Formats: sequence, C-alpha cells, structure tokens
Amino acid sequence: MKESAILQCDDVTVEFDGFKAVQGMSLKLEKGELRFLIGPNGAGKTTMLDVICGKVRPSAGKVTFGGKVDITRKKEHQIAELGIGRKFQAPSIFPSMTVSENLEIAMRQKRSVFATLFARMEVEERERMDQQLAMIGLQDKAAKRAGGLSHGEKQWLEIGMMLLQEPEILLLDEPVAGMTDKETDKTGELLSQIARKRSIVVVEHDMEFVRNFASKVTVMHEGKLLKEGTMDEVQGDERVAEVYLGKRRDADVSRSTA
Amino acid sequence: MRLQKLTPQRIWILAGYAATAAALFSAPLFISDFRLNLLAKFLAFAIVALGLDLIWGYTGILSLGHGIFFGLGAYAMAMYLKLEASGGKPPDFMGWSGLKELPLFWKPFEYFGFAVAMGIIIPALLALVLGYFTFRNRIRGVYFTILTQALVIITTTLLIGQQAFTGGTNGVTGYSTILGFSLGSPDTKRVLYWITAAALIAIFAGCRIVIGSRFGKVLRAIRDGENRVRFIGYNPAVYQMVIFTLSAAIAGIAGMLFVLHVGIISPSMLGIVPSIEMVLWVAIGGRGTLIGAVLGAILMNWAKSEFSTAYPEGWLFFMGALFVVVVVFMPKGVAGLAGQLKFRRKRREPDHEGVRNPAV
Repeated sequence: MKESAILQCDDVTVEFDGFKAVQGMSLKLEKGELRFLIGPNGAGKTTMLDVICGKVRPSAGKVTFGGKVDITRKKEHQIAELGIGRKFQAPSIFPSMTVSENLEIAMRQKRSVFATLFARMEVEERERMDQQLAMIGLQDKAAKRAGGLSHGEKQWLEIGMMLLQEPEILLLDEPVAGMTDKETDKTGELLSQIARKRSIVVVEHDMEFVRNFASKVTVMHEGKLLKEGTMDEVQGDERVAEVYLGKRRDADVSRSTA
Repeated sequence: MRLQKLTPQRIWILAGYAATAAALFSAPLFISDFRLNLLAKFLAFAIVALGLDLIWGYTGILSLGHGIFFGLGAYAMAMYLKLEASGGKPPDFMGWSGLKELPLFWKPFEYFGFAVAMGIIIPALLALVLGYFTFRNRIRGVYFTILTQALVIITTTLLIGQQAFTGGTNGVTGYSTILGFSLGSPDTKRVLYWITAAALIAIFAGCRIVIGSRFGKVLRAIRDGENRVRFIGYNPAVYQMVIFTLSAAIAGIAGMLFVLHVGIISPSMLGIVPSIEMVLWVAIGGRGTLIGAVLGAILMNWAKSEFSTAYPEGWLFFMGALFVVVVVFMPKGVAGLAGQLKFRRKRREPDHEGVRNPAV
C-alpha cells in the first residue's frame, strides 16, 4: 500500500479548562477517502474537526497536512488556504447576501485585499458558479437573499460554497441534519462522488446514512479512539455496542419512562 | 460585474444621481449665502457619514470615535489657516499661554499641501494603529466600540490639556484667508461649497466602487459571520484594518472641509456627543446604504438647524420625536422607506431584516 496520507493527526489532546475533550487521538486520512467519524455525544468528534481546521488549538499532539506541513501552529484562514474546508453543524452562510454572492466569495481565488478589490468576474468563474448552482439545485434562487432559504437549501448552499473553495480535505459536521430522506440520499451520493478526487471526514449521527455510504468508520468515545474499520467490523465490535448502542438504549428507556 | 446591463431600474437610479448632482452644483444660484454655507457644512457631515457607513453599515463594526478622525482632519486644516492668518508667527493663543516660539510640529503646517496630506494621513494612521491592535487580537463588538470611546476621551483631554499647543477648550479659530483668498468673501465661499460638493460626489462614487467590488462583498460577509469568512480563507483582521483606515481618512477629509465652512474647530466639536451624533445620522438615514448615510446626515442637520431656529425652547423634543418615529416606523431608515412601501403594496414575504438589525 502506498503512503499517501493527506492528513495525519498524532496523539492530539485538547483541554478545556482542565477537561480533556480529546485525549491522545490519532487519525490518518488517505487521499480520496470518505471517512465517517461517529461516537456518542461528547465523544470529541466535533472538537477533532475543530482541531484540524484550526478553530481549537490542541494542548499536545501534531496535525500534519500533505505529509509535511504542521498545521497546529497555523491560523484558521491559512489552514483554509492550504486546502481544508469546513462545514459547520448549523448552516453558516452569509444571510444578508444573495446566493450567488455567497458562492462568489467562497470560490477558490486570491484572498488578499488587493486581489479582491480589483477582482472581476471571469467567464470561467461565472461558468463554474452556474454549474455549482445547478448541482445544488438553487439556480432559480441565485439572486435571492441566502437568509430567506429553507434549512435544507442553506445546507446545500454551504456544501456548494465548500466545493467551490476546492479544498483537498472537506470536514463536514452532520451534513444531513434536517434534510429529508431524499435529500440525505442525494447528499450521500454527492459525497461519494467528491471522494474520488478529494478526502472527506464526516461527523454523523444518522446511522442509516453512515451504513449506506461509509467505507471506513472511526468510532470515538470519551475523547479517545475506540475502534476503526469497516462498518461491519465496527458493528460487530462488542465495546462499540456497549458504549454506543448501550447509551442509546439507556436513552430510549429514560425517554419511555419519562 | 462592472458591465451591468442597463435595466430600467438602473436608468432611473442613474438619472436620479445625475439630477441630484446637478441640483447640488447649481444650488448657489437659488439659495442665499447663509443657507449655502449651512448646506456646505451638511455636505461635509455627509462625507463623514459615508465613511462611518463603510465600517458600521457594511462591515458591522460600530465606531463611536469618528469625531476624532473628523477632528484631526479639522485641526490639520485649522493649523494651516491659523498660521496663514498670523503670517507664520506663533498664533495668538500661544502667546496667552506664554509660548514665544512656534512649536516644531506646527511649522510644516504653513504649507497647504502638507496640511491637507496630514489631514488625511494622521486620522488614517491612528485608525490603522488602533485597528492593528484590536482586530488582530479579535477584539470586536461592544469591546471595540468602548475602545473607540476611550480614544475620544484621551484625544479631547489631550487637546484641552495642551492649551499652549492646541488652543485648549476654545480650539483654533480666527482665520482670514486660504491660499490668499479671503474666507469671508461670498465668492470664496461659493468655490469652497463646490469643492465640498465635488468631494462628496467623488467619495460617494468611490465608496460605491469599493462596496460593489468583491472586496465589498467580503466586508458584508464579515458583517454576517466573521468566523465563517475565516474558514473560507480570508483574514478578516486585514480587511477590517483596511476599511477602518479608509473610513478614518474619509472622516479626515470631511473635517478639513468642515473647518473651511465653519471657521472654528474646538474639542467640543469632536467629543463623545458629536461622535454619537454621526452614528445617529447613519442610523436614521439607513445603515448599509450609501445614499441613506448621505440623506441621514443632511436631513438630521437640516432638521436640527430648522427646529432650533423656529423653536429655540423645544427643538430638542422635536429631535427626540424624530428619532422615535424613525426607529419605530422605519427600521431600515429613511433610505429603506421606498423598499418598505413597495413591500406593503406587493404584500410579499415580511422582511425580518429590520427586526434583527434595528436602525439604532
């Protein structure tokens, strides 16, 4: 097997006021991999994404991008420029701007003040945006204020923005939350398609979705790596069943007695 | 995006601009010298409002310190005018404080070009330094606003305390000529009015270009979600510094023009109250629209001048009532009125923008 890890996290530890949200977590992501990150609430999944995109600084450990760049010392916008895109759990688009303006500024381009001040919309850029609009199904709403879109449409817009950013690695936090079954399937297919060229890490709670589209799954529990493998391997693992499904059963019980 | 199609709506807007510009330039023909002088002052205020709208309306950063940037521009021009009046000798107020020699930093203000350059550079530099230390350290929102207020207090205290150098509470006044032309003559006043109108139109056009560019879109994105902008790959701090500096430079230009029309600058004209008033002009006119900022500044100052002449006793109540009416009935300011009426006629989806971002 050739060594083509695009992202490598070694012994990452994150502390919030003494509480260790992530403890010695390691993660290796190959080029063109679609990886699912699952685990019960509070397992540290989102924190892991925060570390990779620079939102949170780890207290120990190293995150290497592309085999050489240590990104734990870099600023968020530098990491984004290196090629790591992030989609947050709550759709975060720019509500007062139109759909196409949202896409326009997200698009891969020079990001300095000088460059944006004199930027003109190239034909090629216009075409790329139109393609993206069609793909996310918002071509009729291009001139609408993004704040007026439905929840699902906002999710799509954000995915579209991230794709135009053309990152090497896409980090998605619960991308199908609030989507209909049909939209969820569409998202899954889109992700598998994208994963041919890029690498993706998805944090997800929707087990159905994970089962349908996951090739490799990483299970986290209490900030630590619990199990890594195919969906079948993970489902067959006793410890996973205990912490993950066990918790879920408890939750069901408490709900029914409440 | 520069080659936009000439839709009927755009033609109307362009015609409106052309008509307004024509009206501004021909104003000396049909209003008295006294009113022209007032209008000139209001136009200078409209220029600050434009600068303030760039940083507050479009980037979402509330500065309550623009009086200082305005004032620094004004003082730079005032120093030149004072030195021209005194013929290069130490101005009168220095003598009263026992200062015999002209201080070194006053000397170059003898030159008009230097004074004008400083009237832009000093406020811009001050804004850049403040912006560098705040935006880079992600100080924002109300904390940034408080810092700008602190800047106002520090600067006014300094201006009042250093009476020998600044004229203290009285400020700098008693000018005679500008580049040899008498400031009192109606001809000079008319030319100065035209210069102010031209400056306003040029700065308005410049702001439109900035706002319409992709740079302007990034600014609006920063207003909507600074963090999200960061994760796209832009460094918001640099954008904020640039726009804050530009905004301060524009305020400096306005201050220079103001002194030419009013003939005095003193610490009370750039303190906390004027700084807040400037924000109110933008809020009343409609933040986030350039025309709103201009309308707000002119309308508010015109109302203030009219009310205070007509009702010397109760004019403040009228101003207060005006605020209440605008805040309650025009959440997007005067400039948002047209859109509001259109919405009412078409009965389309209610606009929540105003509720989330009230004018004041």
